[in-house]
Amino acid sequence: MSSYRIVLEPGSANRHYWRDLWNYRGLFGFLAWRDILVRYKQTAIGIAWSVLRPLLTLVVMAFIGWLFDSQLPGDVPRLLLVGAATLPWTFFSTAFSESSNSLITNSNLLSKVYFPRLIVPASTVIVCLIDFLISFVILLVLMAAYRFVPDIKILLLPLFLMLALVTAMGSGLLIAALNVKYRDFRYVVPFIVQFGLYVSPVAFSSADIYGSDRIPQALKFIYALNPMVGVIDGFRWCILGGQTILYLPGFLLSVGISVLVLILGIRYFRKTERGFADVI
Amino acid sequence: MATPIITVEHLTKRYVLRHQQAPRYTALRDVLADKARSFFRSASPRLTREEFLALDDVGFSVDAGDRVGIIGRNGAGKSTLLKILSRITEPSKGRITIDGRVASLLEVGTGFHPELTGRENIFLNGSILGMGRAEIASKFDEIVAFAEVEKFLDTPVKRYSSGMYVRLAFAVAAHLEPEILIVDEVLAVGDAAFQRKCLGKMESVAGEGRTVLFVSHQMDAVQRLCNKGLLLHKGRLITSGPMQQVVDRYLQHQSSSTAEVVFPILLDDPPNAHARSLRIENPEGAPLAEVPVGSPWQVRIAFTVEKPMEGFVIAIGISTLLDLPLRTSWSHARPISPGRYEVVFRNDDIHLTTGTYKLVVGLSDQGRSLQYLPDQATITISDAGAQVADARIVNYKSGMLINQMPSSIHRMD
Repeated sequence: MSSYRIVLEPGSANRHYWRDLWNYRGLFGFLAWRDILVRYKQTAIGIAWSVLRPLLTLVVMAFIGWLFDSQLPGDVPRLLLVGAATLPWTFFSTAFSESSNSLITNSNLLSKVYFPRLIVPASTVIVCLIDFLISFVILLVLMAAYRFVPDIKILLLPLFLMLALVTAMGSGLLIAALNVKYRDFRYVVPFIVQFGLYVSPVAFSSADIYGSDRIPQALKFIYALNPMVGVIDGFRWCILGGQTILYLPGFLLSVGISVLVLILGIRYFRKTERGFADVI
Repeated sequence: MATPIITVEHLTKRYVLRHQQAPRYTALRDVLADKARSFFRSASPRLTREEFLALDDVGFSVDAGDRVGIIGRNGAGKSTLLKILSRITEPSKGRITIDGRVASLLEVGTGFHPELTGRENIFLNGSILGMGRAEIASKFDEIVAFAEVEKFLDTPVKRYSSGMYVRLAFAVAAHLEPEILIVDEVLAVGDAAFQRKCLGKMESVAGEGRTVLFVSHQMDAVQRLCNKGLLLHKGRLITSGPMQQVVDRYLQHQSSSTAEVVFPILLDDPPNAHARSLRIENPEGAPLAEVPVGSPWQVRIAFTVEKPMEGFVIAIGISTLLDLPLRTSWSHARPISPGRYEVVFRNDDIHLTTGTYKLVVGLSDQGRSLQYLPDQATITISDAGAQVADARIVNYKSGMLINQMPSSIHRMD
């Protein structure tokens, strides 16, 4: 006889939720594995897409930065500056949009089997993370081409990757849960991603904003509220070394927002997930 | 031994129905509009909503090792009950205690991905159903052998025939080893041979002392597999107890609702005679929704004659659902005067196999048709609660007619 006792009552939060989540780690792995296997099935160039997509964004963004003559810190080549931002941005935008839709695309699972629903958006984010790691090749090639040697700070990169993960996961969970009930978010998500590319320091750098006399203080504050500002600034600071400076108040604000969004996302998700099967 | 493994108390599941066929998901716009409206007028938006109790105060308990058949007509709440027990959706009221690992099989092939190969799908589906990687690996060969797909293991399942697909999906599910197995109507897939194999597998699962909850419309399957039964009707638990009793109750319950057909009344230009209603009965005159296979039955038709006629005939025909006529019987032609009449056609000679057949009614006068009702009534022959009509009948699927021909074996040496 098993000691696995479950009590089902309306509104009772599942006391074993986190234990369940751990027990279902196998499913988590399998879902991620499935998405990776399926991702580039029947494509001619396969996994090269995970490099090609950020590469094209990188070229376009570098061109725009050059066109508007945004500042270059020290002697950092423009491609490297933009590259250090394009990779986390691409990770965020794909992870955010795919996890937002993940519950809908897996609705057949949600309505037929039980598992902690958190697994679905989380495994989607992990798949995008793997894409990100592959696309990191771009940056390595660029560094080699420019004979650029990063300093010791690059060892802190995993911390900032973590921050990117938290940002993508938090916003993804929130929108995924909302999307189950309000399909409006299917149209909101592409807009956020498109808009985000312009307000995040991808083509330009945060120094352009914070150092500008033309931009009022209030706008600088609003700019710093964007959690991706913190992520991208952090990436640049790690990868490009002492050449870029980290504007600390703005950075901390971004980090705070990221963590807040994650907490909000998890709480809203947990609160609504028991009703997912009824409305999806 | 008899310790309850599942206890269900006062279980209620409420859904809110939105009328005017609003989409199942809400748009933010609607919510905002509703909010705005209720801001101005306090009690308006409720008008379009209606509560619907999919389950209404259901309580029962299941002992370890019980095989419980859950039966009831469509919309009785069977699937909702299984969904709550498998934790897919939560109850609105009540309390359920489950002591054991639950695996549920509400659909064959949940999570199968068409682009993945058979091998990959076995692992994926197994893990979705709650098996660990090692567990799947150890049963892998058994699963493949059961599904009979050895040659196509590395083919994407989108290239599988539907039969192969279903076999593979069921094979994975059949090798689950939870303490409690919850199965929704999944045996209705695949060909007859595979259905038998599935049922056999389910029997052996049950034989290992595991607790099984099984929903089906196939009374023979339920009776073979289950020792206890639950009968649901419109969200309420009607009865529970030994399976045979519950099945009998179900058939009785059904009979009052579908044994009788009332024909539409023709107001404009009624024909000289028209049928009012039709009822299927046993020889004693009690209504029967489902006729036990091999049992005699009769059809009682009430009709009205408006004008006197010289050669009135009423006829009844039986045809398959695909409109293959099987038999037609006519009353003797006779003169008739206006009034209300009844006719009874008795069948005690030809035994049809299990299934649903169309009953066609026709009224005529001297060869001229007065009324013809081809698609109004059906008769269902069921093998539930049947006494075998003839000990020689091996199974009911061997032909449309199950009357046996006289036969004798002579020794020739």
